[in-house]
Amino acid sequence: MKAKIIVTPKKAVLDPQGKTVQTALEHMGYKGIGAVHVGKYMEIELTGTDKEAARKAIDEACHKLLSNPVIEDYRFEIE
Amino acid sequence: MNFAVLQFPGSNCDQDCVHVLRNVLGHSARTVWHKDSSLGDADAVLVPGGFSYGDYLRTGAIARFSPVMQAVQNFAANGGLVLGICNGFQILCEAGLLPGALIRNRSLQFRCEHVFLKTATVDSPFTNRIPQDKLICVPIAHGEGCYFADEATLAKLKANNQVLWRYVNAQGEATEAANPNGSLDNIAGICNEARNVAGLMPHPERASEQILGCDDGKLIFESLIHALSSRSAAKAA
Repeated sequence: MKAKIIVTPKKAVLDPQGKTVQTALEHMGYKGIGAVHVGKYMEIELTGTDKEAARKAIDEACHKLLSNPVIEDYRFEIE
Repeated sequence: MNFAVLQFPGSNCDQDCVHVLRNVLGHSARTVWHKDSSLGDADAVLVPGGFSYGDYLRTGAIARFSPVMQAVQNFAANGGLVLGICNGFQILCEAGLLPGALIRNRSLQFRCEHVFLKTATVDSPFTNRIPQDKLICVPIAHGEGCYFADEATLAKLKANNQVLWRYVNAQGEATEAANPNGSLDNIAGICNEARNVAGLMPHPERASEQILGCDDGKLIFESLIHALSSRSAAKAA
């Protein structure tokens, strides 16, 4: 199995990277660009077979280490 | 006094802290490796600056799970004095010992320069020797020093007098131009509700001797030493 995790800055948190990328895209001439949010993507290979147990463990790991709940949101899939 | 200065892989201000405490202020200081699970007979703990664990994942995120940080959690829970500088501040926030978080500077630039700080309250073990209206001049060197907390946390910080220092201009005004990283409310340093754990982004250990251009940073260490002396005097009485 594999966990695919996406961590993004919370909406209320200043995201200067996203803002800079948005400005660059606009300067390049791309039309219809709205707010950009720059986050992180992580893949974790899992050796077990119990999907539910993996989900529980990854959720806990996301909360404790892989994201900082003060400034970030996370979501993940187990495949 | 005995100071424990933590040392993580990637710490780079640990020896500066030891130097100031030992050679400038004449106290005992030793480094404690991140794998140690005991702080020994430390009277206070310094979490120094640097790039612990290469700043991987988030600044301070991995350091907070090292064995020595469990000892720091217990030390702080028992009222022990803990000061985090720069990366040390980031680690203490990640560890939940201080509220909020430090994020990427608003300018996206690494800022390395001298700044002025105004002490918001002298009522803490980290500020008690700083003259009330004195602006202290200390250097900063960070890319991720923008202090963030949600509105409720920020309101609580202010209500409890937990903001210790703000970035100001030479006139002592907390303007946007004087804010080097976009920190909320120009916050440069805070303490916890119990007032025994504090963190700041600037580097007082790099400004504690006149030969380095400025020794205002020494006031912060002297505050800490004064607080420790008062505690041991109270204990002896």
